[in-house]
Amino acid sequence: MNDLLAGLISAFHLIVTLDHDLVEISLRSLQVTVTAVVIAAAIGLPFGAWLSVTRFRFRRIAIAVLNALMGLPPVVVGLVVYILLSRSGPFGVFNLLFTPTAMIIAQVIIVTPIIASLSHQAIRELWYLYHDLLISLNTSKWQRMKALLWDGRRSLLTATLTGFGRAIGEIGAIMIVGGNIDHLTRVLTTAIALEVGKGDFPLAIGLGIVLITLAIAINLAIHILSRTEREGRW
Amino acid sequence: MVSSILPLTLKDAVVRKGGVQIVGPVEFALEGGGCSVLIGPNGAGKTTLLRLMHGLEKARSGSVSWNGTQKDVRLRQSFVFQTPVVMRRTVRENIAYPLLVRGRHKKEALVEADRWIDEVGLSASGHKEAHILSGGERQKLALARAMITDPDVLFLDEPTTNLDGASTQEIEALILRAKADGVRIIMATHDFGQSRRLGDEILFLYRGQIHERGQVEDFFDHPTTEEARTFIDGDILV
Ligand SMILES: Nc1ncnc2c1ncn2[C@@H]1O[C@H](COP(=O)(O)OP(=O)(O)O)[C@@H](O)[C@H]1O
Ligand SMILES: [Mg+2]
Repeated sequence: MNDLLAGLISAFHLIVTLDHDLVEISLRSLQVTVTAVVIAAAIGLPFGAWLSVTRFRFRRIAIAVLNALMGLPPVVVGLVVYILLSRSGPFGVFNLLFTPTAMIIAQVIIVTPIIASLSHQAIRELWYLYHDLLISLNTSKWQRMKALLWDGRRSLLTATLTGFGRAIGEIGAIMIVGGNIDHLTRVLTTAIALEVGKGDFPLAIGLGIVLITLAIAINLAIHILSRTEREGRW
Repeated sequence: MVSSILPLTLKDAVVRKGGVQIVGPVEFALEGGGCSVLIGPNGAGKTTLLRLMHGLEKARSGSVSWNGTQKDVRLRQSFVFQTPVVMRRTVRENIAYPLLVRGRHKKEALVEADRWIDEVGLSASGHKEAHILSGGERQKLALARAMITDPDVLFLDEPTTNLDGASTQEIEALILRAKADGVRIIMATHDFGQSRRLGDEILFLYRGQIHERGQVEDFFDHPTTEEARTFIDGDILV
């Protein structure tokens, strides 16, 4: 108990004084996750919209697979990315293993299905509403996707934030492909695991507080957004 | 560009859904000007027939043909749905949308939309989110959005069914104005008064088929079929 209290006090000290390590690790976490989420959204949102307005033979199967991919175990994603990027792997020549880029790649793979699946659900609802009008107006498929993505932007933001929440707290994949290297690939989650292992509780708790604050902020944002969605009917 | 996408010709057209024949076979042509009213009891197939003419339903057999290239035909007709589709945008953005689809610049389209907002009497609501509009206002939005493209043909599916008396009057006035501007109107209703006020001719639809077609007064005063007579007398048709 004393450990925890002492830890909390020094953690607050680290945060208030903007401890160099703490800031560096937090910023890297944000950099990796924000980059990954931006890329995942750039792929997932249009894909979700496309899936809503396109009829093709294996559509139902594609949607089922996409939903299943939402639950992809990060450790397995990490393992596969590790094998692909390792020196003997097909992408070994790029020397990406144990770099932030490798971590971004792994997170993109984890987050894209989440964003695509959630945005598909939201867009499908809107498409059901708009269908007759957009067909009647002789819109092209691209115009339909554009209208749905724009008018559904609040639910799509919620989907994207959900992906962010998932990625920022993720450790399984980035530990494997990033290696938790000091000043290079260490992020909030991997640093906490390390500091706990070393017994350095103040830093671990400080990092934990930052991580929890970020997670709560994201969840709050999602909550507020989905509330305004319901009240304003979107 | 052709002068008009009319005449519209239906030849033995049939619509089937879920193995059931909902409309057809129907055979008629629409040309000239004015307002043709599709009248008939609920479930007669009015909505389906309008959607078939507009191209939202496919004919299982028979044909629906317009005068002009496919693209012209698509772009020069508008459809107002029974329940207006309201996009999650402001009123003026809703009304401007068909122009954006046609490649017009946003600024220009919004200026045009503002003109139509005044025209239909939504001036106070132009910048509001469209979803807060009342039923009557939504129908006005839908009418403005349908008219902004300057269509040859306007389809209306029971445009005042869920509206109160005052809104109905306003909507009917707008429809009459469109008609006076030379827009060819094809509308569905089950309201006799409305078909007398707006219509030039009646097409009586019953169980998916046109049983009678004639001038409004003739239809109501001298129906020639048993079904039409029963319908006009207000008996329940099944
Ligand atoms: N998708 C569908 N599948 C099966 N039956 C349908 C479908 N859509 C409409 N119907 C049926 O077709 C008939 C005509 O419908 P509709 O055109 O909406 O009639 P109206 O507009 O005259 O009330 C109704 O009996 C309706 O139940
Ligand atoms: Mg109907």
